[in-house]
Amino acid sequence: MGEVIVITSGKGGVGKTTTAANLGTGLSLLGKKVVLVDTDIGLRNLDVVMGLENRIVYDLVDAVEGTCRLKQALIKDKRYEGLYLLPAAQTRDKNSVTPEQMIKLCEELKQEFDFVIIDCPAGIEQGFKNAIAGADRAIVVTTPEVSAVRDADRIIGLLEANELKNPVLIVNRVRHEMVKKGDMMSIDDIIDILAIQLIGVVPDDENIIISTNRGEPAVSDNKSMAGQAYRNITRRILGEEVPFMDLAGQGNFIAKVKKLFGFRSA
Amino acid sequence: MLQQLLSKLGRKRSSKDVAKERLKLVLIHDRANVSPQFLEMVKGEIIKVIRNYMEIDEEALEIQLTKTVSEEGDGVVPALIANIPIKSVKNAGRSI
Repeated sequence: MGEVIVITSGKGGVGKTTTAANLGTGLSLLGKKVVLVDTDIGLRNLDVVMGLENRIVYDLVDAVEGTCRLKQALIKDKRYEGLYLLPAAQTRDKNSVTPEQMIKLCEELKQEFDFVIIDCPAGIEQGFKNAIAGADRAIVVTTPEVSAVRDADRIIGLLEANELKNPVLIVNRVRHEMVKKGDMMSIDDIIDILAIQLIGVVPDDENIIISTNRGEPAVSDNKSMAGQAYRNITRRILGEEVPFMDLAGQGNFIAKVKKLFGFRSA
Repeated sequence: MLQQLLSKLGRKRSSKDVAKERLKLVLIHDRANVSPQFLEMVKGEIIKVIRNYMEIDEEALEIQLTKTVSEEGDGVVPALIANIPIKSVKNAGRSI
């Protein structure tokens, strides 16, 4: 019996879809059987982030309505053993699916897969309610900005009100140089305010844009800092204790050279 | 006060501290889930009670949910702050 994990944030544009793609791919790289479910009906994007947009025939709504069998709607990712995608419908709206249907869908997927990773739409309306309905645990994604942390706080409250206790937090797009200068809230600041367990810190990394351009998740790129952060998170999801990585090496070229030669930038 | 001290020393408060303060305040409101209507209701009740004892300037009455440093020193706590200008104290309220 597998586990359903919903990736949510409240605010849009903080990296939910990228996180879902990378964690799903990362778990499959560790030998798990994983299905990524895009619940952002009408605004699907997980397919393009995964580079699987040309292979969609059926979608989530087709599977739920019985237009096709569930297996027919699952797209097998040929690059990663054991990884599948259930894409969202693009020409329907969020009300095409009910929370009850989502619970049933999750129950079915759990029989087949070790992990069901649900990419939740932004907002707190129907799409959010659908996405969390069948989930066993939740990962909240935020960035070190007032607006994103505020929305994360609201989402944490809503998750707990919906019996999803103890959600964990990923802080995305952290810029170490700015934190050091006092121009960006640190991880400690955010944890202090949200009072929630941290499962990962992802540095702001240009490689994410490059990998999204190509439709290849950064988690499979050994040179990417963000990829390393996602690999660490996948291991933490499996219950391993993985130390949080030192972000000091990140940043501009000069900082990297300084680090290379053993200089510490003050 | 710290802010004033820092600015006197010619240093600007870092933008992350500003962000943190703003965030804390906005979350106090969000978490308390208070609507403007709720505050209006509280305001109306306070006016009703105080009117029994003193004449107040109802137009200038201000009430807001904010935060304050707790006296036990365990950090910032939410506080309801009311600013009620008194015009005169009614005779009935005075001690004999």
